Amino acid sequence: MSAVETRAVGARTVTTTRAGRLAALARAELTLLMRSKGTLVLALVVPLVLPFSARQVTEGMELEEAGLSLGAVLLTAAIGFSLLFAVYSPLTSIYVARREELVLKRLRTGELNDTEILVGAALPVVSIAVAQSVLVAIGCAVLLDTGAPQATHYTVLGLVLGLVLSAALGALTASFSRTTESAQVTSVPMVFLSWLGSGIMIPLEVLPDRVASICELLPLSPAITLIRGGWTGDLSAYDALGATATGVAWTVLAVYAVGRWFRWEPRR
Amino acid sequence: MTTNRHDDVIEVTDLRRVYGGGFEAVRGVTFSVGRGELFALLGTNGAGKTSTVELLEGLAPPADGQVRVLGHDPYRERAAVRPRIGVMLQEGGFPSELTVAETVRMWAGCTSGARPQNEALEMVGLARRSGVRVKQLSGGEKRRLDLALALLGRPEVLFLDEPTTGLDAEGRQDTWQLVRALRDEGTTVLLTTHYLEEAEDLADRLAILHEGRIAVSGTPAEVTATQPSRISFELPEGYFLGDLPPLAELGVTGHETAGRTVRLRTHALQRAATGLLVWAERAGVELRGLDVRSASLEEAFLGIAREAGAQRGDGDAGGVAGAKDKETVA
Repeated sequence: MSAVETRAVGARTVTTTRAGRLAALARAELTLLMRSKGTLVLALVVPLVLPFSARQVTEGMELEEAGLSLGAVLLTAAIGFSLLFAVYSPLTSIYVARREELVLKRLRTGELNDTEILVGAALPVVSIAVAQSVLVAIGCAVLLDTGAPQATHYTVLGLVLGLVLSAALGALTASFSRTTESAQVTSVPMVFLSWLGSGIMIPLEVLPDRVASICELLPLSPAITLIRGGWTGDLSAYDALGATATGVAWTVLAVYAVGRWFRWEPRR
Repeated sequence: MTTNRHDDVIEVTDLRRVYGGGFEAVRGVTFSVGRGELFALLGTNGAGKTSTVELLEGLAPPADGQVRVLGHDPYRERAAVRPRIGVMLQEGGFPSELTVAETVRMWAGCTSGARPQNEALEMVGLARRSGVRVKQLSGGEKRRLDLALALLGRPEVLFLDEPTTGLDAEGRQDTWQLVRALRDEGTTVLLTTHYLEEAEDLADRLAILHEGRIAVSGTPAEVTATQPSRISFELPEGYFLGDLPPLAELGVTGHETAGRTVRLRTHALQRAATGLLVWAERAGVELRGLDVRSASLEEAFLGIAREAGAQRGDGDAGGVAGAKDKETVA
């Protein structure tokens, strides 16, 4: 206990940078994710297996009449499931677990600001989702002849909107979940709503028009529309603008809601 | 003790904190801590210690009043304050699946001017446990890990919220030694505790909080001096209270009897004790159960809790008239 030394006033010290802080936190979160086998398996396997296991259902749809290829539908489904099962759902549990273990409170006493804490914790799962999306895109291009995206910028925009929104919704859902167990329940509505209504499993094009126009307004619908539209090249500039506007609106709303309602400490 | 205003590292003015349910945990607290000083906040559970310290750490904004740490608002100017302070919360929060070393590495990546990671662990005697997961640490080891992280950035100001709770006697001594060494190196320390001997041993100055207000503050000696010393004994057979020398002449300020037991309170312990013993010697009697004790911080603490309790009783009877009382003694 002898090596006590305080910082001399005016001494040159290494100041942390935002990137450095984020990297340190993300590295710790990645280590934790690797040790949480259940979450990891779910995040890695579900998005890759689910769309293809349900292929019969997809094949039964009248895709060609809607101007869609099987490849484009399965590809988008995989990316959509990645947003739900690799980002939204695990991140909800992660935020709840860190809050209940008072990790978030302890982190807030340090140099990280609130945004950095939330972003740093999300980086590993977001990276997994990005990697999965790339992997699935390559796989579909090779095996299902989807080819390269026709309008890459729409696909990238859709993916970015989807990732940010999924993470923000995860943080928001965490605010309404008291325990990691209850987080598995509170995240179900969003998962099913998106699964069935946002064009992940059932393309909005095969739905009746009135239902489709409501489904277009669901949180993850714009991201899915942009990802698939960018790939097929069938998305008109007008539709793309509409989807982008809806997607940005949801993202801004979700990020604002997180800033307003996110719980940093357990309820007393 | 006088402190130069310009050297005040922590300045707290009429601080208030109200929780969501309307509970007012901090009700107008004012104090300051000079550079290099060790200041202790004492109080029973629920007195408002942690609620106060969290405002100083910048975890929440005060409902009213002002906090300055190193000249900044710790909540609004978080980025200016955080690199210069170290914080140990009452209950540390670390992911249970990380090892000690991984936890320190993560924290070091978020700390300006961080010490070498092993040095921090050696300071708290945890170096040999670096490969162990946090969930396998004992309660005391977790507290020491928390302390290591608080010290990691060589902070100018250290906030320690009950740093020794859950530690065994040896661990407590080690922590005290470390805190003393840090203070001697010029670190300003604000610590909360409910171990009175901890405050008596370490603190340059202290304040006793009771129900969200400072009941008394000053150096340990000053606070202790507000309380009387005590003498108790059994009256010998055949003697009455009136047979004793006049109590006022002995410097006794109050007394009570229970059966044959007499308790005297005095601020002049030597005079009172000498007078009593000389009387007993001359009378040729033995004072059974004789107990002479000077005031301690513990008595001051208990006395304040009792007084405040009694005052509250009055307040309840008389409505809310007493609510604006400023309780400052010393």
